[in-house]
Amino acid sequence: MLITRRAEFSASHICAVPGFSPEENFAIYGDEASPNGHGHNYVLEVVLDGTPDPRTGMIIDLKNVKEILEEEVVKPFDHRHLNHEVDAFKTVVPTPENIAIYIWDRLKPHFEGTNAKLALVRLRETDDLYVEYDGTLI
Amino acid sequence: MIRLTRRYLFAASHRLHIPSLSQKENMDLFGKCANPYGHGHNFAVEVSVKGPLDPKLGRVVDLAALDHLVDAAIIQPMNRRDLNKDIPEFAKELVPTTENLMAVMMDRLKSVWPNNFPHLDRVRIYETRKNTFEIQNI
Repeated sequence: MLITRRAEFSASHICAVPGFSPEENFAIYGDEASPNGHGHNYVLEVVLDGTPDPRTGMIIDLKNVKEILEEEVVKPFDHRHLNHEVDAFKTVVPTPENIAIYIWDRLKPHFEGTNAKLALVRLRETDDLYVEYDGTLI
Repeated sequence: MIRLTRRYLFAASHRLHIPSLSQKENMDLFGKCANPYGHGHNFAVEVSVKGPLDPKLGRVVDLAALDHLVDAAIIQPMNRRDLNKDIPEFAKELVPTTENLMAVMMDRLKSVWPNNFPHLDRVRIYETRKNTFEIQNI
């Protein structure tokens, strides 16, 4: 059975490869490369896969999932500038693809050895764009 | 799997009817969708492409190129149009159900899909908020 927990954060970012000229970055990322940054209301959906515990009837206590998302994603990202305030994105471009991968990597250890396996993260950058990642890059 | 999904919106009208049948037979078959002057929907199309991720740029697809391709192939030609009268594929026998619209869109996308583009993994059409059509693992 799959269960999905949603979390939201608002953050700013710039999509630009360090060392590339502003023109080169604009050619690649368009307005997402705007040099002073811009923001999105990101929506994160975390999908967990497991079998309900016969006694509690739960795959995992969603309260715990909420706390994990709060610690690993919302606190470090919400109302922050990702390039300037999240160390990983000082060198890695904070595209939605890379943000989804980074979130996956932060969340994964929390579910190891538990009844709930991390199955997918879905990161919505706008209503018109989302990225899904399940731990494999192919 | 790393997959990016982009949503595109268009508005169009259509009428479901088979020209060789009487209006009564069409009404029996298609109900109000066969009303003689047609009717419209706000359609949304989701196009999903699958990795690999370009590690340097942090993305699975050139978004501007994808937008341009989808817009030119299916959105611009269909937006604010009547599918029966304005779309050549529906000019004769083919009834513009959303299933058939999916087939037309798939043909159009495949015929212009560049070899160097990531794999087209899923197309989903929202006809209304209640009716969704999709093809996966294309």
